[in-house]
Amino acid sequence: MSLTTVPAPRAPFQEIAPPLSADQAAAEAARCLFCYDAPCIAACPTEIDIPRFIQRIATGDTVGAATTILSANILGGSCARVCPVEVLCEGSCVEKTLTKRPVTIGKLQRFATDYVLARNIDVLHAGAATGKSVGIIGAGPAGLGAAAELRKSGHAVTVYDERKWGGGLNTYAMAEYKQTAALALAEVEQVARLGAEFKQGVRVGRDVTLDDLLAKHALLFIGVGLGATSKLGVPGDAQARDALDWIEELKVAPEKVARLDGKRAVIVGGGNTAIDAVTQARRLGADATLVYRRGEAQMSAYRYEIDLARSMGCTLLFERAPVRVEAGALIVKGPLGEEKLAADLVIAAIGQQKRVEFLRGLPGVQVDEKGRLVVDAQTHRTHNPRLFAGGDCVNGGKEAVNAVAHGKKAARAMHAQLSADGVHSKNAQESK
Amino acid sequence: MSTAPNGLNTNDIDLSIDLGGIKSPNPFWLASAPPTNMGSMVQRAFDAGWGGAVWKTLGSPIINVSSRLSSIDYGTRRMLGLNNIELITDRPLEVNFKEIYETKKKYPKNAVIVSLMVENKRDIWHEIVKRTNDTGADGIELNFGCPHGMSERGMGAATGQVPEYCQMITEWVKEVASMPVLVKLTPNVTDINQPARAAKRAGADGLSLINTINSLMGVNLDTWAPTPTVNGRSSHGGYCGPAVKPIALHMLSSLARDSQVGLPISGIGGIETWRDAVEFLLLGATGLQVCTAVMHYGYRIIEDLVAGLSNYLREKNLTSVKQLVGRAVPKVDDWGNLDLRYDVKARVDHDKCIGCNLCHIACEDGAHQAITLDGPMVKLSNGTTRPGPNVIDKECVGCNLCSLVCPVQGCITMTRIDKATEELSWNERAKRGSDEEPRPGAIYERHH
Ligand SMILES: Cc1cc2nc3c(=O)[nH]c(=O)nc-3n(C[C@H](O)[C@H](O)[C@H](O)COP(=O)(O)OP(=O)(O)OC[C@H]3O[C@@H](n4cnc5c(N)ncnc54)[C@H](O)[C@@H]3O)c2cc1C
Ligand SMILES: Cc1cc2nc3c(=O)[nH]c(=O)nc-3n(C[C@H](O)[C@H](O)[C@H](O)COP(=O)(O)O)c2cc1C
Ligand code: SF4
Repeated sequence: MSLTTVPAPRAPFQEIAPPLSADQAAAEAARCLFCYDAPCIAACPTEIDIPRFIQRIATGDTVGAATTILSANILGGSCARVCPVEVLCEGSCVEKTLTKRPVTIGKLQRFATDYVLARNIDVLHAGAATGKSVGIIGAGPAGLGAAAELRKSGHAVTVYDERKWGGGLNTYAMAEYKQTAALALAEVEQVARLGAEFKQGVRVGRDVTLDDLLAKHALLFIGVGLGATSKLGVPGDAQARDALDWIEELKVAPEKVARLDGKRAVIVGGGNTAIDAVTQARRLGADATLVYRRGEAQMSAYRYEIDLARSMGCTLLFERAPVRVEAGALIVKGPLGEEKLAADLVIAAIGQQKRVEFLRGLPGVQVDEKGRLVVDAQTHRTHNPRLFAGGDCVNGGKEAVNAVAHGKKAARAMHAQLSADGVHSKNAQESK
Repeated sequence: MSTAPNGLNTNDIDLSIDLGGIKSPNPFWLASAPPTNMGSMVQRAFDAGWGGAVWKTLGSPIINVSSRLSSIDYGTRRMLGLNNIELITDRPLEVNFKEIYETKKKYPKNAVIVSLMVENKRDIWHEIVKRTNDTGADGIELNFGCPHGMSERGMGAATGQVPEYCQMITEWVKEVASMPVLVKLTPNVTDINQPARAAKRAGADGLSLINTINSLMGVNLDTWAPTPTVNGRSSHGGYCGPAVKPIALHMLSSLARDSQVGLPISGIGGIETWRDAVEFLLLGATGLQVCTAVMHYGYRIIEDLVAGLSNYLREKNLTSVKQLVGRAVPKVDDWGNLDLRYDVKARVDHDKCIGCNLCHIACEDGAHQAITLDGPMVKLSNGTTRPGPNVIDKECVGCNLCSLVCPVQGCITMTRIDKATEELSWNERAKRGSDEEPRPGAIYERHH
């Protein structure tokens, strides 16, 4: 896994939010009131001590600021870029009330984390070896959150992931103008330097069995995320592209992606992924349209994301459900009957399927009616005491920061369990 | 700033100190003040990571007034300076002694120092020191500094201002103390070295400085009553907080340079961040005490003080806080020994310049008319350009003012232009009876 193998972002995907200069960071940090028991901390799923890290930036201790961030959230660099800060930390900043201008916490977080990432300064350290071992399935934000926390406690960690590169959707799906795959991989390397072992290209259930892993490790963490995008379920839907595949190509194989100048792209869906697809199609030059079967108010995408799409000149059509995909067109049914939307490219972005088959195959666990793995809210333990879980496969698909928080919580509970009894690890030793 | 060596753990850094025989896991102590009022508070502070605490001063019973603090703000920042008219502890002595004993027992590794101030009678001092001996605390600090209330009764600053009293009482204390004795000095004197030498003569093991500075914080513009107001009136108080740091640093360096003092010093006065701490250490403090910053933000700031200091040491490739102590002291000198040939001029980076023109107006009206506005073009926020600052070397005396007012980091730098030949100080020049002009323009001859 090397950063140099990942292509840098290409021209149409310039960053939407450029980094702060040292002067901007100092001025912005000086605005923080250093609240006690700050509302912004409560709004962050990983509970980063935000006023503290900002105060550290203000006093010129950028390494210390990064330490505060990364010890709470190992993906602090990614989250600084991809988190919906408007509804999380910045949305609850007291300055939003006081001056109508919240402190730009996300950008300050990026300032501090970029500083250490760019210089390869490791601010986290592995704990003294405990001799116990945990296996993690899935190298996405949930798995990485768990891996970092377990290494800090001194447990051996092996991460199994079916993809070529680690990072999960953080590497393969984040809109390129928010975050590059290279940044996501730099964070994976950070976890690797903490001593976690990564086995990429290994699919659990195909290349190794769950029993193999249960024999090898005291405990397992399941962070397999969600599966492929659901099919449109209408005639001709094989001609529509899966939004995730399409976005992945932009990110890791941009040489395969042609510009779309003068072409019409129609994206079906109403969530944040649909917005990411329509905005990126627009950036590639397409006349880009999003069609959603219900009204704007029902869209699950964030308000500011919808505004972003509009401000970029994307067309948004509502109350239109797909009927069939034809050569060069998507037929939809709206209030006025069937309509033909000319389309050189149709992209399906109607949500990811759950990995129900995999989850149901796990021994002793419960999967709810929506295909989510059931865990205890505090410990993230499944009904099988040796299996913990978190991330999209547990919450049905939220944000990266929620996945990291799950991983961290689970890791703390696993650590408590491993510290309390050595039984499982002994079993693992014996069966080697 | 250079890159920190990759992977070096902050745990590799030794922050422990030994101040006149008082050992502490880190140099940060709470100063004797409200944050050290009682056992539960000191214990919470130790849990938060403070290395030591100087208990709120013990002595004969007093009664405090209601409304005690007042502060000065700067811009949007509150409490740049704080002033108080509080006295010593108002809790019973036996309760304090019991809690000191319990706290020390529970936290054997932290430094517990007992601050004392009683009437200037030998037997009264002996009595309270003996009771302090029984607490198992690590040291005693003699409060010769409180500038209000207690001084009118002949204690506190009234003692600290008279070197003979300082010496006498320190001697009494040393006669019976079973632990190291620090003398806390008042800054309300004309020559800080005199009471410090007196303490040394009496056998003190260390010094603490500064206590608060005489002050009157302000007047309410509607009631015309000074603040903090007690039923329509106020009284002078003790000034502390970030604003007093330069005064504390000066006194600290003055003692650190005095061979007749030669005692370890616990530096106090305006320490809020790790940067302040490093400056105190460099100017000769072995340890540090903090009051106002904790009253403002709480015990939690200790984490940032420790992290910032550790990261700084790591960046400087140092392993122990002791390696910093006094390193800047040899660089503090008398004015007459400074090099008159050394010559710096302002240099503006026009790529960084934002066009605020603050350097121009500061130099024009507050310095030497050396910055005109006909320099290279600078870019403004709206995308247009206009001529930027231009430094006229012949007029620039190298005073630094422009670089101090410039809001852009690294935009104006003071650059050395002399040839770095042999130094020539005022003292040396006078000794030689020389009339040499040490650098161009040093002798005033402007006519416009
Ligand atoms: C297009 C898109 C845009 C997004 N944008 C944002 C955003 O801007 N901000 C934000 O916060 N969130 C965003 N998200 C959501 C975010 O990506 C997810 O919430 C997060 O990645 C979930 O982390 P996870 O670890 O649970 O799962 P994933 O990231 O999906 O990682 C799971 C990993 O497990 C691997 N795996 C699965 N099964 C197996 C197996 N059997 N054996 C081995 N490995 C396996 C997968 O290959 C994958 O690498 C976006 C999601 C999408 C789809
Ligand atoms: C409210 C208040 C009460 C104080 N009481 C005492 C005291 O009882 N004994 C003492 O030696 N110093 C006392 N001080 C002075 C502090 O210990 C300290 O020397 C001074 O505040 C400077 O440090 P700072 O700038 O960190 O606040 C007091 C300060 C304040 C603000
Ligand atoms: S800080 Fe406020 S509430 Fe607390 S004692 Fe002082 S005046 Fe009273």
